[in-house]
Amino acid sequence: MTRDPVIKAKELHLTFKTNDGPVHALQAVSLEINKGDFVSFIGPSGCGKTTFLRCIAGLETPTSGEISVNDLTPDEARRARAYGYVFQAAGLYPWRTIESNIRLPLEIMGFSKSEMSERVVRVLELVDLTGFEKKFPWQLSGGMQQRASIARALAFDADILLMDEPFGALDEIVRDHLNEQLLQLWAETQKTIGFVTHSIPEAVYLSTKIVVMSPRPGRISDVIESTLPKERSLDIRDSPEFIKIAQRVRDGLRAGHAYE
Amino acid sequence: MKSILPVLTVVVAVVLIWVVAVVPMNVHLSADQAQRNGANIIPDTSIARKELSGFVLALKNPHLIPLTYVGKRPNLPSPHQVGVEMFDTIFGKKINSKRSLVYHGWVTLAPTLLGFAIGTFLGLMLAVGIVFSRVMDKSIMPWAIVSQTIPILALAPMIIVVLGAVGVHGVLPKSVIAAYLSFFPVVVGMVKGLRSPDQMQLDLLRTYRTSNTQGFWKLRLPSSTPYLFASCKIGISASLVGTIVAELPTGAKAGFGARMLVGDQYGQPILSWAALFSAALTAAALVGIISLIERSTLRKMGIKPA
Repeated sequence: MTRDPVIKAKELHLTFKTNDGPVHALQAVSLEINKGDFVSFIGPSGCGKTTFLRCIAGLETPTSGEISVNDLTPDEARRARAYGYVFQAAGLYPWRTIESNIRLPLEIMGFSKSEMSERVVRVLELVDLTGFEKKFPWQLSGGMQQRASIARALAFDADILLMDEPFGALDEIVRDHLNEQLLQLWAETQKTIGFVTHSIPEAVYLSTKIVVMSPRPGRISDVIESTLPKERSLDIRDSPEFIKIAQRVRDGLRAGHAYE
Repeated sequence: MKSILPVLTVVVAVVLIWVVAVVPMNVHLSADQAQRNGANIIPDTSIARKELSGFVLALKNPHLIPLTYVGKRPNLPSPHQVGVEMFDTIFGKKINSKRSLVYHGWVTLAPTLLGFAIGTFLGLMLAVGIVFSRVMDKSIMPWAIVSQTIPILALAPMIIVVLGAVGVHGVLPKSVIAAYLSFFPVVVGMVKGLRSPDQMQLDLLRTYRTSNTQGFWKLRLPSSTPYLFASCKIGISASLVGTIVAELPTGAKAGFGARMLVGDQYGQPILSWAALFSAALTAAALVGIISLIERSTLRKMGIKPA
């Protein structure tokens, strides 16, 4: 695996102006994400993990500090269609079939008809939804809808995949299954993944790098390089190594939390 | 089909109230008529009877009750009189006859449809402008609202006269008034519909670097379809009302509005009522047609019907 950072953030600050005064969503956030990394952002609500992801995506503009994606500004990277973004809700268009939903970004980006069909077939296979092309979203379960939305983000083959609590609304059994699939998908596609979650086991199971964040102001309290092997099965969650990392994440969360 | 029973229940209740109301409404007229034909009425002068309420008079003279249902020029025609008149003038006359309600119906329907088309198109264009331009949002919307506060009854004759003065006659002036009433629900509904996609949907399109035009065709317009149909249903009935109002104060010779006016002016209320009910049925049919189109369109779009 190459080791050059694709996402670089240095001393990133972001302050929202609200009626109750300024809210420091991000304070002095510095981080490097290497190509092929699977980076999880974990922390309680209001710690800025989603805001940071949105800064990477160019959906939010930091107040100060430097951030680059593929050596471009996030906005340039967005315009270059450098990443696929998966939201917490699948957000499929109810009037489009699954196939046609996945074709949406391809239509917007002006792919040829034959290229579109080819890519739809490929990504549906990646998320294990072959056979559901002609179904409408309401005919699918929540987990399948979220898989379709991941397929949509993969369709145009950006190197970076940003995921904002994609499995947050799903039950744990479905979630385990999807986590396993996501790891497979990551191994097959070699993408760089930024993943927001508030589940400790999910973060530890998936990541090569875990970024623990804490709120008010939103900042990074710990960055953990995972020592787990890249090939993982769900059983790894019972290994002492896994438990050790989870413990460190928990400590990081606790330290960042102001209980006074 | 589930809605048939409640609708029928209401219809039956309305007809019952109507049937009961016919007696007190018409009994004074029937009494005068019967007395002229030599019948005995208590009390025996028209002036004395005026002192009594319709119910009391009917109770004192029960033999008058059947007569209240068949008077030639009743205050309130009975349901079967209206029914017979409608049947006669809809099915009993050649459709190009001046006495045919089908003829008058078409005279009203044509400007209604044209006005609805103009109004809907105008409403759509304004809604698109309002959603995409801040300036239009701030400037057009208040005027659209103000336009609906002007009584159409006052405005209609002016529009007809002004258009007449510049040589526009026939269907178009009535259509203008119909459009005036029907564009508003479309503007309001479509502005809401085009703005219905949530922030996440809009963010998703931004991640694809989507242009405003693409966003309009791929997300905003399809999202607004259910709103469009809701607006159209209000719009088309408003169109029909607008056309009839346009016919009322302007001496129109044909159309539902003219028919109602003729009935009033020549003391033939049955005529007015028949026209009124035909107009109501026409409105119901128009709304029904839009509902059918709505259902098939939404089904084709795969949106689960609500």
